[in-house]
Amino acid sequence: MKKRSATDVLPAEGGLGNEPLLTVDNLHVEFHTRAGIVRAVNGVSYSLSAGETLAVLGESGSGKSVTAQAIMGILDMPPAVIPKGEIRFHGTNLLTLSEEGRTQVRGERIAMIFQDALSALNPVFTVGWQISEMFRVHRGMSKRDGMKKAVELMDKVRIPAARQRVNDYPHQFSGGMRQRIMIAMSIALDPEVLIADEPTTALDVTVQAQIMELLAELQRESNMGLILITHDLGVVADVADKISVMYAGRIVENAPVHDIYKAPAHPYSKGLLDSIPRVDHKGQELYAIKGLPPNLLDMPTGCAFHPRCPYRQDNCVTDVPPLYEISGVRSSACHYWREVLDGSRG
Amino acid sequence: MSELNTAVQEPKAHPRRKQKEKKPNSLWSDAWYDLRRNKVFLVGTAIAILLILMAIMPGVFAPQNPLACNLVDARQGISSEHWFGIDNQGCDTFSRVIHGARISILVGLLTSVVTGLVGGVLGLIAGFYGRWVDVILSRLAEIFFAIPSILGALLLLSAVGRDAAGVWTVVLALAILAWPMVLRIMRAAVITAKSQDYVTAARALGASPFRISVRHILPNAVAPVIVVCTMNLGVFIAGEAALSFLGVGIQSPNISWGLMIADARNRFLMAPEPLIFPAIFLSITVLSFVMIGDAVRDALDPKLR
Amino acid sequence: MAAAADRILEVRDLVKHFPLTSGVVLKRQIGAIKAVDGVSFDLNRGETLGIVGESGCGKSTLAKLLMALERPTSGSVKVNGREIANARGGELKRMRRNIQMVMQDPYTSLNPRMTVGDIVGEPYDIHTEVAPKGDRRKKVQELLEVVGLNPDHINRYPHQFSGGQRQRIGIARGLALQPEVIVCDEPVSALDVSIQAQVINLLERLQREFSLAYIFIAHDLSVVRHISDRVGVMYLGKFVELGKDAEIYDRPAHPYTQALLSAVPVPDPEGREQRERIILQGDPPSPANPPSGCRFRTRCWKAQEICAEQEPLLQIRPGTAHASACHFAETHDVVHVN
Repeated sequence: MKKRSATDVLPAEGGLGNEPLLTVDNLHVEFHTRAGIVRAVNGVSYSLSAGETLAVLGESGSGKSVTAQAIMGILDMPPAVIPKGEIRFHGTNLLTLSEEGRTQVRGERIAMIFQDALSALNPVFTVGWQISEMFRVHRGMSKRDGMKKAVELMDKVRIPAARQRVNDYPHQFSGGMRQRIMIAMSIALDPEVLIADEPTTALDVTVQAQIMELLAELQRESNMGLILITHDLGVVADVADKISVMYAGRIVENAPVHDIYKAPAHPYSKGLLDSIPRVDHKGQELYAIKGLPPNLLDMPTGCAFHPRCPYRQDNCVTDVPPLYEISGVRSSACHYWREVLDGSRG
Repeated sequence: MSELNTAVQEPKAHPRRKQKEKKPNSLWSDAWYDLRRNKVFLVGTAIAILLILMAIMPGVFAPQNPLACNLVDARQGISSEHWFGIDNQGCDTFSRVIHGARISILVGLLTSVVTGLVGGVLGLIAGFYGRWVDVILSRLAEIFFAIPSILGALLLLSAVGRDAAGVWTVVLALAILAWPMVLRIMRAAVITAKSQDYVTAARALGASPFRISVRHILPNAVAPVIVVCTMNLGVFIAGEAALSFLGVGIQSPNISWGLMIADARNRFLMAPEPLIFPAIFLSITVLSFVMIGDAVRDALDPKLR
Repeated sequence: MAAAADRILEVRDLVKHFPLTSGVVLKRQIGAIKAVDGVSFDLNRGETLGIVGESGCGKSTLAKLLMALERPTSGSVKVNGREIANARGGELKRMRRNIQMVMQDPYTSLNPRMTVGDIVGEPYDIHTEVAPKGDRRKKVQELLEVVGLNPDHINRYPHQFSGGQRQRIGIARGLALQPEVIVCDEPVSALDVSIQAQVINLLERLQREFSLAYIFIAHDLSVVRHISDRVGVMYLGKFVELGKDAEIYDRPAHPYTQALLSAVPVPDPEGREQRERIILQGDPPSPANPPSGCRFRTRCWKAQEICAEQEPLLQIRPGTAHASACHFAETHDVVHVN
């Protein structure tokens, strides 16, 4: 296949009428390790429109971060291999783009922030230098102009005394402030899509609230699409428009946020929601999903959730459930989604 | 990335060994399992075993007595009878090279063990007790560390004099200057292990300092020391050769590759064989131990687990 | 108030300052990190006291002090009426049988070179009087069964288990000496969401079976509420509020508690636009140099002059039924969780 560069094919911002901004379509990612092939992502599809917040919910090993890394094109290949699937940005498949094309998209039009801001920032450069690098590299700005922009951005993410602190090093900032610096770097070039991978997991709740508020505000201002990768059902309920729940490399449920909290349609989502401690259940045993998350090297047959599932029937052990469409905006990868949905309502 | 890592490790550790899960697989046996499948390790070990056999029973390998020399034959080239030719003294080079393995291997092993024990024990003490014990031991180690090793050994050995020079003096000369490295590595590993949660848990149970250091810290800190001692083997063998070459190490009539190279160097153009063959053996020996050390490091490196 | 006989743990004015020194050869103290700065509370048999607070508030140091892993700068910790904070040698070792801990990270809290049997059986090797040698293996297997692990796995190594299973191993080790108090320092925060509930249920079951008292330190407020009978809220080395779980959660009196509760995302999107949210500005100040008077005043919206001058004590204040440390304490229901 001929590799094309991004500028040839990607329309300017705004783009095509109804096509979502970003579409992940039947994505597969494998890791070829010494221990065997790890199928980290097995046919993930989701889409994101401008101004929308999609929460990708899952535990460690569910493939939620790997999907995001595939979108960013920052997977180490090898060991990672993408045997199937498309990632379309403004209708263009990023996976067939040349390396220059991807570089133009990465950081500039799709940006990402990570859980651990300390290790994502380079300890030997000042934060101002690192933020202004975005402008120097992508916009060809001079050092002085870049620094000026860096101060502006640090103000925008509300780092106090930005002008003085621009010459400080990452370790001189608190965890919350470092995450703000990461956010400043990621929004420097006005990306259309921002991927936040567990952005507040390492932070305290009061700081987490500050960061989530900042992200929401930035999103409103620039109409960014936001993919929020998290395991925290609380954070999701607070900010998401729609949710994709992932388990063992697959999406098991897609739903608008209000619907899923009211009545989940997959036993796994239902189990997660039921296991949240509730005031009226104090003193009682918590509902707990039994068993352990699957070993990606040795996945259960049929539905990967079947060994832990209270709704299991014989065919769950043999047949992989497709994503059944429940309504235009909802789908569930469970053969018995009707029962689950009824049980949730009841 | 972390997500992938946990996903891969999460279930029962070494998935390759899942089928035959009879014996519990400790981290040591996992490391051994990796080693046995490492080609570098196998090649290095094969060479090393051969060399060790040569060192233990040179008579089996050498066709002639290395000391039965005949000056008349001196500097003969390669022949079917003398595979590596004959040296300046009229001795069979092949036989001498075979017999030379003993001292090389002996010095290498002994020095490694001595430095490992001294550096390891002192490193454990310094790292575990900290405070003034650590200050004293670390400063002492730094003083020795500052001396360039071969030069230092050269000075030490020349001070001792040729009459006293032998295997043990060479071992001590090399070891005196090398133990600080082991101490540093052990100390760092002990300090890392000491701050681990399982040590805190053992303290909370009321475990004695002795129990903590022997049961919890030592097994978790000893791996880098094993690695460095294996790698040092090659270095010490080269060091012995260098000292013997300089005339302060092993003395005639003992046979050492360094000594053989020194004896042959003046007539190198006339008779290159007596110099080239011990040099090749020396290189191969050093290489084989470096290969083993490398493989051991790969197998024991916790970052790869 | 419960009778003194029921009181298993008594903490009074506990203080831990870590000296800050400068200079390499001649170390001189230039200050101190006031990690724990005057904490008092009681714990009764079979009770759970939850302790919440953000990183750096001193909750982990408090756990270490309770376990006598650190010696306090001043103050006292009494287990069954006997001072553990200054106990030494054999006496301390005996007292440790009564108070054990479960640690946060199941990956680092188990020695990777020891088998599960050795790890869970180590308490018996240390306290040889608890179980005769011949019984130990059986006892360890019983413990594994109690925490829901296969007793046949006694010869396996920690890396052969998942995070949740490892945490169970850690709990089994904590139970071995049949302690009366277990200090749980963030016991579920390193676990996957679907595993957390299992471990919490296990802890609750064990509490009932062995009438254990827990100090349950966590930052997940909903988990703390679920498991705790009383809750203490810590800020910069001090308790700012202490009361029954419902008092703290439904009628918080201290502004910090209110802010903390309102910042916790509620796992229910209904009415999220209307929800009251108190967003605190900035980060907590450094414990090396805490603000004068009330330590929360630099981030507090109620702060007035008196807050800088006079330190508010932890006491029951007018209009509230539980202790809080604020001059302007006033109950205010921030979150309404169903």
